[in-house]
Amino acid sequence: MTRVNVILLVILVACALSLVTSRNQARRLFVVLEHEQAQGRALETEYGQLQLEQSTWGMPARVEKIAREQLRMQLPSAARTDVVALPEAKGVTR
Amino acid sequence: MRNRDAAPLVLPRFRSPVVFGALALLFTILLGRSLYLQWFDNEFLQGQGSARHSRELEVPAHRGRIVDRAGEALALSTPVRSLWAFPDKFDATPGQIAALAAILETTPHRISARLDANEDFAFIAKQVAPEIADRAMALRIPGLHDQNEYRRFYPGGEVTAHIVGFTGDRDTGQEGIELAQQAWLAGIPGSRRVIINRRNEAVEDVAAIRAPQAGRDLALSIDARLQYLAFRELKAAIELNKAKAGGLVILDVKTGEILALANWPTYNPNSRNKVVPAMMRNRALTDTFEPGSTMKPFTIAAALEAGRVRPDTVIETSPGTLTIGSATIHDAHAEGALTVEQVIQKSSNVGAAKIALGLPSATLWEMFSNAGFGTPPKTGFPGEQSGRLRPAKSWRPIEQATMSYGHGISVNLVQLARAYTMFATDGEVKAATLFKTETFVAGRPVLQPETARAVRHMLELATSPGGTAPRAQVPGYRVAGKTGTAHKVEGHGYGNKYVSSFVGFAPVSNPRLVVAVMLDEPSAGQYYGGAVAAPVFSNVTGSALRMLGVPTDAPLNNVILPPQGSEIREET
Repeated sequence: MTRVNVILLVILVACALSLVTSRNQARRLFVVLEHEQAQGRALETEYGQLQLEQSTWGMPARVEKIAREQLRMQLPSAARTDVVALPEAKGVTR
Repeated sequence: MRNRDAAPLVLPRFRSPVVFGALALLFTILLGRSLYLQWFDNEFLQGQGSARHSRELEVPAHRGRIVDRAGEALALSTPVRSLWAFPDKFDATPGQIAALAAILETTPHRISARLDANEDFAFIAKQVAPEIADRAMALRIPGLHDQNEYRRFYPGGEVTAHIVGFTGDRDTGQEGIELAQQAWLAGIPGSRRVIINRRNEAVEDVAAIRAPQAGRDLALSIDARLQYLAFRELKAAIELNKAKAGGLVILDVKTGEILALANWPTYNPNSRNKVVPAMMRNRALTDTFEPGSTMKPFTIAAALEAGRVRPDTVIETSPGTLTIGSATIHDAHAEGALTVEQVIQKSSNVGAAKIALGLPSATLWEMFSNAGFGTPPKTGFPGEQSGRLRPAKSWRPIEQATMSYGHGISVNLVQLARAYTMFATDGEVKAATLFKTETFVAGRPVLQPETARAVRHMLELATSPGGTAPRAQVPGYRVAGKTGTAHKVEGHGYGNKYVSSFVGFAPVSNPRLVVAVMLDEPSAGQYYGGAVAAPVFSNVTGSALRMLGVPTDAPLNNVILPPQGSEIREET
């Protein structure tokens, strides 16, 4: 009888300790999760800013300004344009 | 220990039951109270307990983006932070304020001024980048708090301002699509309950109370490249002609989508300090004007449909005036006998009026109404106007005559562009929309295909050297269109101010785009639609067709301009 009781006691203590450790582990993992989620939000913020940056840099108004003013590009006039008809394209005239 | 020598203590017999009973009663009360607290009145204590160890956190949800048809962002939200304080609890050393000012790129004096301005609550910095806010919070100034917010940015700035609109406080739409599509774009913030430790860090999730719902993205029919092109050309034309205002609309003939919608004057939605309401109006949709001669093709179409005339029927327009009752109609340019085709080509008011007077007023009204005049265009934009088309019964003959060339009726620019889809297609009017349309859109048949083709041919003649708008021609593409030069109504009559317009489409062999241009009060000498608005049409249409990769349908040397000064003029 005593032996059974001792065994049960040992099992009980083991269970209690494992509960404590798993609880502790759960909390620690949760902190990690929170941290990762915060990082996710930070990355989302950065993504939004990058999107904004991309569309701001890529706006046609800005592209054209640089092309005209810095690169000194210009649209060719109709007189200097040649339309090449592909053999299979029908209805395209020179 | 009991003293044996003492006399035995005689206790009253009831004493022990009374003590026992009293103690039992007290225990019962305690037990009852604890049972009551445990099972019946548990809310208060549980609430107090969880208030000490759990907290409800808001989970932010961002507002959806507005993108153009290719996915280019026209409006998007990025997280920002605002720093605030209760001035009486704000307790910083001068050194800390100096450090804060350095981080926020301001002066310590300004920060103090903000704190002094309001006793209860003060923003130290509004909507700053998150990393700046982090650095400011790292100073650990007592009483300095921060809050998360979203700020809306508009990369397109003044180019797309009128279509997209803007949001006001608390991220709600105030103008344009931002207002109309508030429910679709808005995100619903969620919340969750967590257990916190004594350092206020969340250590365990208890429950998600509400899942956050992010706002949905919205794709517009606008093509950012064409929008910029339209804006640039419109702005250049307004500066060249010293016009007061203007608008330009590009419609896709196949789907009815609005590919570009530019207005002047405009504003920058990203900084609205100096904006007056007049700049914010989307004139192409919310303002109406008398269209003038751009209405003539509808009159002619009604007469062709009714079988009253054929394209080669001859109408006598000399001596260039027509008197109806007490009023007289003038042509800017007296012509002799003109065919119906030439009435459009040379834009004869007398010719159009004579054709209109040969029709029942109900027939003309039906044509205008079917073309979409007098009803709002239903593009999905808030506050669009329907224009004015009075019921046919109330028309007097002089009104029927003037309406045939676009006076006594008012329209907005999108209505006008949409109505022209009936000539660009084989007689179908397509519903104009501001939203991207993936599927094929069937139009509403209004004209017989033969009528549509006949009018299309007349409109092409109008842009040829004998017409009113040779300057609308585009190298490499056949174009068709009609000018308008309308006197503006001032007070009770017509003054010497004009609205110059041009509506046309291209390429004629298989129309893809309808382009409508309107300039309000050009005042640099020129005011004829053919001189002011047609060149804008030419530039925009040519570039737009090339950008879209539409095959050319004419030789590149197709543009033939008449000698200077010999252009056909028109008034109305």
